[in-house]
Amino acid sequence: MCDTFLLSVHSIGENIKHLVDRPDGTYCFRLHNDRVYYISETILKLATNISRGKLVSVGTCFGKFTKTIKFRLHITALDFLAPYAKFKVWVKPGQEQSFLYGNHVLKSGLGRITENTNQYQGVVVYSMADVPLGFGVAAKSTQECRRVDPMSIVVFHQADIGEFIRSEDTLT
Amino acid sequence: MAACSIEDLLAKAEQDEAEKLKSITVQKELDLEFDIGNLVAYDKNRIDIRQFREQKKEDFLRSLARDNTQLLVNEIWKHPTERVEEVIVVKLPEPTTPLPREKPPPKPRPPTKWEEFAKLKGIQKKKKTNLVWDDVAKNELHRLRNIARAQKIKVPGVGLTPTAQQSKTDLARAVNVAKSSTASAGKFQDRLPKEKAPRNTGKKRKFQPVIGNFSNEKQRQLDLLKVLDSKKPRLDVNKAVNKQMREDDREESAAKFKKGGKKGRKGGNFSGKGKGGGGKGKGRAGGKGQGPPSGKKGAGKPGKR
Repeated sequence: MCDTFLLSVHSIGENIKHLVDRPDGTYCFRLHNDRVYYISETILKLATNISRGKLVSVGTCFGKFTKTIKFRLHITALDFLAPYAKFKVWVKPGQEQSFLYGNHVLKSGLGRITENTNQYQGVVVYSMADVPLGFGVAAKSTQECRRVDPMSIVVFHQADIGEFIRSEDTLT
Repeated sequence: MAACSIEDLLAKAEQDEAEKLKSITVQKELDLEFDIGNLVAYDKNRIDIRQFREQKKEDFLRSLARDNTQLLVNEIWKHPTERVEEVIVVKLPEPTTPLPREKPPPKPRPPTKWEEFAKLKGIQKKKKTNLVWDDVAKNELHRLRNIARAQKIKVPGVGLTPTAQQSKTDLARAVNVAKSSTASAGKFQDRLPKEKAPRNTGKKRKFQPVIGNFSNEKQRQLDLLKVLDSKKPRLDVNKAVNKQMREDDREESAAKFKKGGKKGRKGGNFSGKGKGGGGKGKGRAGGKGQGPPSGKKGAGKPGKR
């Protein structure tokens, strides 16, 4: 499971070893109830005092493992992963809101995209003002994006910051 | 004259003393009983009814109370005193009078689920007898061990050792071991009609402790990330070679089949050696470079996660 998790997070960016190896303290990933949490060592030690059944959430939830052991990244990981993003997609102001409501990004709303993005590459979606909006998966490689028609999907929506309001109750 | 005066003096002194003590001495027929722990005195003297009627009742009662209180205080002073913050304090003994309950007695607690069940089923609490070493069995065990050592065969670790009392777990374990000691590791052994499948079989997954060695964990994760980072696919040489050999064999047999079909049985003899010798060299697999795409890199295609 550690491999699956690191693999899917690794596809976002190469420098996530900075998440593991931090100068200001030891942080680690822990699996609890199918969710992966990113916690500092001190919090981890405190959390061991709470029984497993009663513990709801620790630190920051990065994502969860689905029933078929696929890893699904959550929006709560955005703050940590956005700085290390290698492949970015910028969305035009008009389409921003559509993305924040959970829709996929169409070619018409695509502002910029990093060179050499492969198809099905994990990307971080930004607004034109360089504000991170969420995670996605590139539906087409950069080359294809250039010549495809305006109504086709270029980025599959995975998580967006609108979820903080939409799924407030279920976000751990 | 002097003697007279001395006697007088002494008598007077005595009288003075008596006067002084009069205020604190009380005469009673029966002595009082005291429970100093509760600051209580019990007066069992009979009350003189005539005296009670003659005097004013208030006065009689007051004098009675005064006398008894005097006796109580006298008794208190008999106990050891100490000085606490400029106050003289008497150390009280334990109270001797039994007092009734302050709160109602506790109700018997309701029986627990187990207690009810046990009562229902008639289960009694059985004390486990202390295990005593069985000398006969010990002999038997040592005898077997000696035999094994002499004949240089191994003693069965799990199985029925010749002791009188076998516990249920021992027997179950022995059965399982016996069942899986077949050529196919017990895969085709039928079970008895009412026998249940053994649980807890299969590889037990071991997890690292939650708070293990942090530096180790970090190192492991960094190594994993390094592997993910490196662009070239990692080649497992053994796996690659085996795979290649298998493929070659398959190709060969396919070719043989086809050739055999065409030429008939005559040409079939010398098909094997010529090609087979050249094909199976390890150098060939090495020369292929990348070989079959094995290894851990799948980062390019995670698909829809």
